[in-house]
Amino acid sequence: MQLRYLLQRLAFMVFVIWSAITLLFFLPRLSPINPVRERFAELQRSTGWAPRDMERLVKVYEVKFGLNKPLLEQYADYMASVLRGDLGFSIMRYPRTVSELIAQALPWTIGLLLVTTLLTFAIGTAIGALAAWPRSPQWVKGMVTPLVVLAAVPPYLLGLLLIYFVAFRAKLLPLGGAYTLGRFTGPELSLPFILDVARHAVLPALSLILASVGFWALGMRGMGVTVQGEDYVLFAEHKGLKLGRIFYAYYVRNAILPQVTALALALGSIVSAGILVEYLYGFPGLGSLLNSAILANDFFVIYGIGLITIVAVAVSMTLVDLLYPLLDPRIRYGTR
Amino acid sequence: MTMNQNAAPTLRVSNLRVTYYTDAGRVTAVNEVSFALAPGERLGLVGESGCGKSTLALALMRMIKPPGRIESGSAIVRTDKGEVDLFALDEEDMRRARLSVISYIPQGAMNALNPVLRVGQQMIDALQAHVPEMSYQAMRERAEQALESVELKRSVFNLYPHELSGGMKQRVCIAIGILLSPRVIIADEPTSALDVVVQRQVMETICKVQAQIGASLILIGHDMGLMAQVMHRVAVMYAGRLVEVSPVRALFTRPLHPYTQALIQSLPRLDNRGVFRGLPGLAPSLLRLPSGCAFHPRCAQAMAVCAQVVPKPITTADGRFVACHLHDSVDSDLTPAPVLQEQSHANAPAA
Amino acid sequence: MNLTLPQPASLPTQPSQTVLVLRYLRRNPSLAVGLVLLAFLVGFGVIGSLVIDVDTRAYPLAAPPVQPPSPEYPLGTDRDGRDLLAVMARGVLLTGAVGLIAGTVGIIVGVVVGFLAGYFGGAVDSVLRWLTEVLITIPPLVLQVLIASTIVDKNKVTVLTMAGVASVLSWMGTARMVRAQVLSLRERAFVNMAKLSGMSDLEIIFKELMPNMLPYLAASFVGAVMGAIGASFGLEALGLGPVREPTIGMTIRWAVYHSAIFNQWWWWVLWPVLALILIFASLALINRGLDELANPRVRRSE
Ligand SMILES: Nc1ncnc2c1ncn2[C@@H]1O[C@H](COP(=O)(O)OP(=O)(O)O)[C@@H](O)[C@H]1O
Ligand code: SF4
Ligand SMILES: [Mg+2]
Repeated sequence: MQLRYLLQRLAFMVFVIWSAITLLFFLPRLSPINPVRERFAELQRSTGWAPRDMERLVKVYEVKFGLNKPLLEQYADYMASVLRGDLGFSIMRYPRTVSELIAQALPWTIGLLLVTTLLTFAIGTAIGALAAWPRSPQWVKGMVTPLVVLAAVPPYLLGLLLIYFVAFRAKLLPLGGAYTLGRFTGPELSLPFILDVARHAVLPALSLILASVGFWALGMRGMGVTVQGEDYVLFAEHKGLKLGRIFYAYYVRNAILPQVTALALALGSIVSAGILVEYLYGFPGLGSLLNSAILANDFFVIYGIGLITIVAVAVSMTLVDLLYPLLDPRIRYGTR
Repeated sequence: MTMNQNAAPTLRVSNLRVTYYTDAGRVTAVNEVSFALAPGERLGLVGESGCGKSTLALALMRMIKPPGRIESGSAIVRTDKGEVDLFALDEEDMRRARLSVISYIPQGAMNALNPVLRVGQQMIDALQAHVPEMSYQAMRERAEQALESVELKRSVFNLYPHELSGGMKQRVCIAIGILLSPRVIIADEPTSALDVVVQRQVMETICKVQAQIGASLILIGHDMGLMAQVMHRVAVMYAGRLVEVSPVRALFTRPLHPYTQALIQSLPRLDNRGVFRGLPGLAPSLLRLPSGCAFHPRCAQAMAVCAQVVPKPITTADGRFVACHLHDSVDSDLTPAPVLQEQSHANAPAA
Repeated sequence: MNLTLPQPASLPTQPSQTVLVLRYLRRNPSLAVGLVLLAFLVGFGVIGSLVIDVDTRAYPLAAPPVQPPSPEYPLGTDRDGRDLLAVMARGVLLTGAVGLIAGTVGIIVGVVVGFLAGYFGGAVDSVLRWLTEVLITIPPLVLQVLIASTIVDKNKVTVLTMAGVASVLSWMGTARMVRAQVLSLRERAFVNMAKLSGMSDLEIIFKELMPNMLPYLAASFVGAVMGAIGASFGLEALGLGPVREPTIGMTIRWAVYHSAIFNQWWWWVLWPVLALILIFASLALINRGLDELANPRVRRSE
């Protein structure tokens, strides 16, 4: 029974990923734009260099990237190479492969976003839980609305304000980048380097945290209001339990269940959540890579990034479904 | 242990008054309520929905939440260590008193257990909050004994609430309620969500464990038939006030208050057993109470004075309590009432 | 003790509609503040566009470049010689238009799809669930970037294109909400009553279900507008916006692109950022206010 459910759930995950990848494949091919020709046009615009035999060059490159084959054959090739983990070559940084570029950027993104996502979840959930708790002071309850309004503002805008006021005017923190370029030639495993990275990460992290604490606070408060009126919380008080125990084991422990689902989703989307902020701060993660790929019409890099975000979300959603019964004994496999 | 009417009372409630401050206005849901419970006594509390029964129960637990407020009154419980006024305790002492001095078995037992904790953990939580010095083994033993005394298997300790039936959940709540042998147990419609057969069994279990630990019991309920069989006395509440408190036999054979009379008459005849289904006429809104006796618009025996003056409660010579103008001149009317002999339902006959 | 007789309910003069609305707004400050902010923004955009010759002044070469705020150019000018006051006035309207168009498309598509899925269930429902599941795995920004960067020619993007791209996802929230609402409303008695009385499905949808859902739809619409403005801003920040139009997002894009902060052209960054923050804040407050209107339960906890 459990094994069957596991297999079903995994099959569904594969199906969703396949659907999404297929969508990604056909989307650009419906378009009249030829990426290779675009690339030459771009080069021409920026450098003034015009290849004399443009059409032939385009053909040559199309063969190289497999763009000349019939659509279905391209699709088969594409699927086969995706299965092999081969995402093709980058157009802008040829002959480097898309996988190489992504592998280089990914650790930065994961480092920044994993920390901020977990911090935001913890802070927001705590605020939400306190805001719905009847004995909390009024100012805690009043915090949610401003935070929710803040949550509607894209982190990019907060990032701009922080750069201007904190980094540029007050000169408290670096303006951007991931580490001080003059001091280190490249990433290294040393304490000074790690501290330097942390200093550079404060503002991007702060922009992301400020912009989503409200989301978590609101979600937790909504559930908290429901749970704190539940009979089992009242009965716990009738039993004479200490408030701390009621708060944690009877109230938070129940109200947090939907938050955990949302956290898994958020962890799945960490690959994409920081794109704009990374780009703004010149943080060398996937966001900056995506931005340069867009500028250069490097479709293969764009798909590559799309692909790994899809896989990350689908996998984490599956994991939640599989792990949820551990959190909530009422849910058994397959009943959800 | 059976009830002992002559010993000093276990619980004395005097002039209890609870008000809800709602948007629509003030609602006094419990109004000048006074009564006493003998050791081991079982008191049934009946009245139409919304008349203030749960509010009375919650007030005794000091669990009235805003917009409600306990305005005045005292609730003195007699314990081994002397008398305590529940309303005079500070927050921390009141927390300790809950479950160990006075315990509450909730109305919605279906939902009263934390779905993510095992039954055993929820019982251990309760013990830990009151006797932290107890060892885990001892707490576990105490909890499993409590489960056994409510006719559950010891293995229920390891189950989650969703693995139990409604009746079993209610039994778990009862087991929790007696964990610390409180002096007073309040059960608010403990069986209303269960089917009829289970209702009767659960009611018997409550009475059994209550007698075992020698607590007094206040049982709020609708089912007059069940009340008649297991209660010693019944209190009738109307619009926030107690209108009559009488020994159960007397109440059924010779109800004093017109509202009680109407209640008894509205029961199915022959076997005196059945669920109370309400009276003709609307239950009053506590927001706009009729003047004088709140029952007067529905009372067949209402007199001119009834719309003007709130009837003063009196206690008859045979220990019955009633608040109605018909009984203002109580001496001539009621003593020596034949009802007196019928009180001998559960304890030694009166001399 | 209360000796007075119950007083007969007096008949107060019925307060006018406006008074009632105002009275409600006092109890729902989120909605009130949000509406005031929105009115301010719209007023600024409309009046500004009428008073100023935005058709020339909001576009390049209308003024000397990078002037700090001065009596002549109260908000300053940008590097390409746009008058930022004119840019803000037109930009607020353009950005609003993107949101409005995408929101409208979203609400219409969302209502239709949601009703079909909820009311008839079956295949429509399965397809909707599959699509939601698939689309939820593609982060919105990534999907929109893919669409905007591959289907559309970057140099020919207009405000309408933006709205179109933002519409791709703007219906999903509404559809899910409507589906859930229809499912729960369907269970209630009045729909069965309507069925018994021989109303057709369409009649039931429009006469019975719709009115019950209006507050939810309003909140959902504001949500879709907010989502669309957010999506178009993301695309604009990444350089996929309408390069020739002075939307707020494009203004920020150009300011960042030309390193306005490091060049100390603070006014070029500050005004559009503030304008966008105000837009989002007003919509978020309205959304919360409408939420309270739809579910007064939320209010009680505060
Ligand atoms: N939380 C509350 N807020 C406002 N009024 C309440 C609240 N709880 C109870 N009341 C009022 O108190 C009255 C008595 O309620 P309750 O004690 O629950 O009655 P019962 O248990 O007899 O049905 C009700 O009529 C209601 O108007
Ligand atoms: S006081 Fe009057 S109205 Fe009230 S119950 Fe007695 S007789 Fe009826
Ligand atoms: Mg009740």
